[in-house]
Amino acid sequence: MSLSKKEIDALLRLVNLTQDDEIDCEQCLSVVAEFAERELAGRSVPAGLEAVAQHLSICAECREEYEALQQALNDMKE
Amino acid sequence: MNRDNELWLAHLSSTGADQQAALSDLRVHLLRGLRVALAKRGNNNDAFLEDAVQESLLRILARLRQFEGRSQFLTWAMAIAIRVAMSEWRRQHWRNVSLDAVFADNDFIPESIADDVMGLDSQWEQQAVLDRMYRVIRTELTEKQRAALFAELKGMPMDEIARHLGSNRNAVYKLTHDARRRLKRGIEAAGYRAGDIHAAFAE
Repeated sequence: MSLSKKEIDALLRLVNLTQDDEIDCEQCLSVVAEFAERELAGRSVPAGLEAVAQHLSICAECREEYEALQQALNDMKE
Repeated sequence: MNRDNELWLAHLSSTGADQQAALSDLRVHLLRGLRVALAKRGNNNDAFLEDAVQESLLRILARLRQFEGRSQFLTWAMAIAIRVAMSEWRRQHWRNVSLDAVFADNDFIPESIADDVMGLDSQWEQQAVLDRMYRVIRTELTEKQRAALFAELKGMPMDEIARHLGSNRNAVYKLTHDARRRLKRGIEAAGYRAGDIHAAFAE
């Protein structure tokens, strides 16, 4: 078994985005609602929520859930 | 009935008619949201959604004290419901997919890039970076970290990786985070910058 070029690229992308301090999936869930509302309203993300954006860039599952949340919020807005 | 955050908390924390009415309203709201959120993901049949909403209501009630009022209550509740539903959807999707080989092959250390699509000029340096990376993987990552990291690269969801490792999603994230940090330090200790390397490989 070996890593494909695509998988190596994915690994290097993740390594590049890695920070010493990252929030985990539970911490992300606890504040993602606030993050989503701010994004939806086009408001700036305060420093305290920047860790959410970083986590979403790394964690495929949380990113997928965030996109689903955005869809639900957009539907509620309509 | 329109409720602000305080009223949602008050009603859901109460007993009797107020709580039942709030649960009923929340159930309708979550069901609608999940139907929209999961529509593009191919698993939005009524039975699945009903089960997900029921489980979500229990989780939300158990976490009421964790709600800090930093968003609308309904947004916070929807985020929890989506976590519940999508975790279950992934579990169902992956339950018959055997990736035991990923975990069984403890010597899974790739020595070269499978798809040789890079230009010859940069191939030597790219291989040197890969050699360094593989050395860190081989010598500085634990067996669990290697398994989790490779399974993640192969597309396995963290919930499923956690099931294989007898762990949970949060612990798997921490495991892979530590692995990524070690890889980054190992690459940078050899004089490379992770950003430059990623850019070079992505070209």
